[in-house]
Amino acid sequence: MAVAFDEMNIPGGDLRPAYQELARWLKETPPEALEYRRQEAELLFRRIGITFAVYGDSESTERLIPFDVIPRIMSGKEWTLLEKGLKQRVRALNMFLRDIYHGRDILRAEIVPDDLIFQNPVFRPEMNGQQVPHDVYVHIAGIDIIRVDAEDFIVLEDNARTPSGVSYMLENREIMMRLFPDLFARHRVAPVERYPDELLSALRSVAPNSASGEPTVALLTPGVYNSAYYEHSFLADKLGIELVEGRDLIVKNNEVFMRTTEGVKRVDVIYRRVDDDFLDPLTFRPDSALGVPGLMSAYAAGNITLANAVGTGIADDKAIYSYMPEIVKFYLGEEPILKNVQTWRCREPKDLAYVLDHLGDLVVKEVHGSGGYGMLIGPAATKATIEAFREKLKREPEGFIAQPTLALSTCPTCTASGLAPRHVDLRPFVLTGSKSTTIVPGGLTRVALKEGSLVVNSSQGGGTKDTWILDE
Amino acid sequence: MLSRTAENLYWLARYVERAEYLARTIDATLRVTALPAAYIGKTNEWDSALLTAGVAESFYQTHEEANEHNVVDYLSFSADNPSSIRNCIEAARLNSRSVRTALTSEMWDTINSAWIELQAVWSKGTSTREDLAKFLRFVQETSLRFDGSAYRTMLRNDAYWFSRLGLHLERADNTARILDVKYHVLLPEEEHVGGPLDFYQWSSILRSVSALTAYHWVYRETLKPWLVADLLILNGTLPRSLASCYDNLVRNLDQIGVAYGRQGPAQRHARGIRNRLEHSNMNDIFQHGVHEFIQEFIADNSRLGEIITKQYLI
Repeated sequence: MAVAFDEMNIPGGDLRPAYQELARWLKETPPEALEYRRQEAELLFRRIGITFAVYGDSESTERLIPFDVIPRIMSGKEWTLLEKGLKQRVRALNMFLRDIYHGRDILRAEIVPDDLIFQNPVFRPEMNGQQVPHDVYVHIAGIDIIRVDAEDFIVLEDNARTPSGVSYMLENREIMMRLFPDLFARHRVAPVERYPDELLSALRSVAPNSASGEPTVALLTPGVYNSAYYEHSFLADKLGIELVEGRDLIVKNNEVFMRTTEGVKRVDVIYRRVDDDFLDPLTFRPDSALGVPGLMSAYAAGNITLANAVGTGIADDKAIYSYMPEIVKFYLGEEPILKNVQTWRCREPKDLAYVLDHLGDLVVKEVHGSGGYGMLIGPAATKATIEAFREKLKREPEGFIAQPTLALSTCPTCTASGLAPRHVDLRPFVLTGSKSTTIVPGGLTRVALKEGSLVVNSSQGGGTKDTWILDE
Repeated sequence: MLSRTAENLYWLARYVERAEYLARTIDATLRVTALPAAYIGKTNEWDSALLTAGVAESFYQTHEEANEHNVVDYLSFSADNPSSIRNCIEAARLNSRSVRTALTSEMWDTINSAWIELQAVWSKGTSTREDLAKFLRFVQETSLRFDGSAYRTMLRNDAYWFSRLGLHLERADNTARILDVKYHVLLPEEEHVGGPLDFYQWSSILRSVSALTAYHWVYRETLKPWLVADLLILNGTLPRSLASCYDNLVRNLDQIGVAYGRQGPAQRHARGIRNRLEHSNMNDIFQHGVHEFIQEFIADNSRLGEIITKQYLI
């Protein structure tokens, strides 16, 4: 495995320019003061109730995501490049989705194999030929980015269904500003607080034509027991829209209404944080109690916008991921600005053979998995685990992809034994409305708190940091 | 606003109010039971605490007798008692979480902090009287803070009015229940009127609705059953009196009616109850029978809850 890129220090002893002020401040600040603020931050998180639920964990159903008080800093120049690459990628994702559910040019051009689409459980035949307002499918994208050297950002994963974490981006900043006003005064950090405004105007801009006047937007949550419930209520609050559950909505004459104290009120746009499978028991899983019966017919009738659209899972599927560079080239005629991680598709015999020979060096992921579940991290796995995975792979090769273990970059992080480098990734949030694509400068930095660990998922004990983009 | 949001706000306020009332009931009962036997009489005060909390029946399904230890535990911490203080705070927190968008951050902070403290400090109940006193103060302060935060930070819109409806409906029910359980000591025909027994009973009634000082300010008299009943039922200046609760219920329902441009059965029913209170005097009530009067009131009050639910919350 390559040596991890250190975001703060240049090998040989110099500091990267973006970190100079932070380094000076760290030198002036006694470790006790840092520890004191860390505790204060934790208390704030707990009191505000910024928690997430862990499924199957009976001990405590609500947990805090550990927060690291040392910010991750990027220069404005680095960000500008990243931003360009993200917009390019999300534009291509949207065009790909439109194509897959309509003309299918990319399949005819034989760039993506047919069976990857049609035999994929996240492909939604219900969306074939369905017009979605303004052809926007992925209104909110969370693109997971890692950094491996001074020049390159690499996309690890495209989250195009219901990406979460943006509340942490916003709350982390609030808490940092409360705890470290001095540190902010010494930097020019680009603000992120306009995210809710941008989100609301993006959502309004994609309202169906049948919406009358000012469109009504609501956020659909599975409810208080969902792991991201805090985020749902946070966003609804910041956007000033109703936080609805399936039982608050009814469909009449192919229009969607919410039950209010003044009778029913029409809803035009639903920012839904409920998965496709649970949206409408009449179309998808009949046992879903979270959904709204008839929602899909209202959708088909063009009376409601769902953000993100139904069926976007096909674009962030790990099997499709490996084709993203070709997808960008096909639709935009441009070279992709952001690279992909080298990926072996186990469905292809040549790749499978390679993967089986190198299991000990690779990360093997389930094509449809998420959140760090069901994966093999070769270098960290025991022989027995590797052998068990080998059997799984042989049995169902099309269910897996493999990637080299990447040296995610590191950032200084508070640990029990003082500041130490820990691996990080970054999830910026890309918003697409009818007219434009926007990204607030920053995103959610996730950090693997265990020494040497590359797993940053909150469900697996990862933490978060505030992400600073310096305005230069 | 969403019907479900209104419903949650309404119940949230009820739970918080109920928790405080239970804390007051325990507090008042402890005071009476600490008196020498001659002052207490033959009644079991812990029984009457269960009755005023409305949980006597469920308590006796699992307990043989009512004493300080098991009643305090049942009213405060028991998981089996759906309206124990702990369950009220937990339900309030769950409701708050599902309507966070309708709460101000101060209100949320109050409930969430209380819930955290409940788990961190009170998860094992209390072992000493000092501990119990601390716990009861914690509950009362939580309720005061919650109420105060709502009063000081909420927009005066339907979210506020629905939460006030829950509060006043619950409060009216609590005051009425105390009166109902204690009505026998309020009957002027009873013997030993004015004796020490009655004095402490009355003062405990007043204490459980935090109106002991108020009594003296209003009447400038020694405790008299007639006046105690007058204060709790008809005196509009006492925030926990039935009259005062109904002034508020009528006002809040009118505000909702005006905002929505429509009135309904809830407004009419509430106004009917208030008018009856306005046109009553203690003489008539005693003639008619305190118990009967209160029983009717409790039924009318809970009927209002049903009507509000039907009209707005489902």
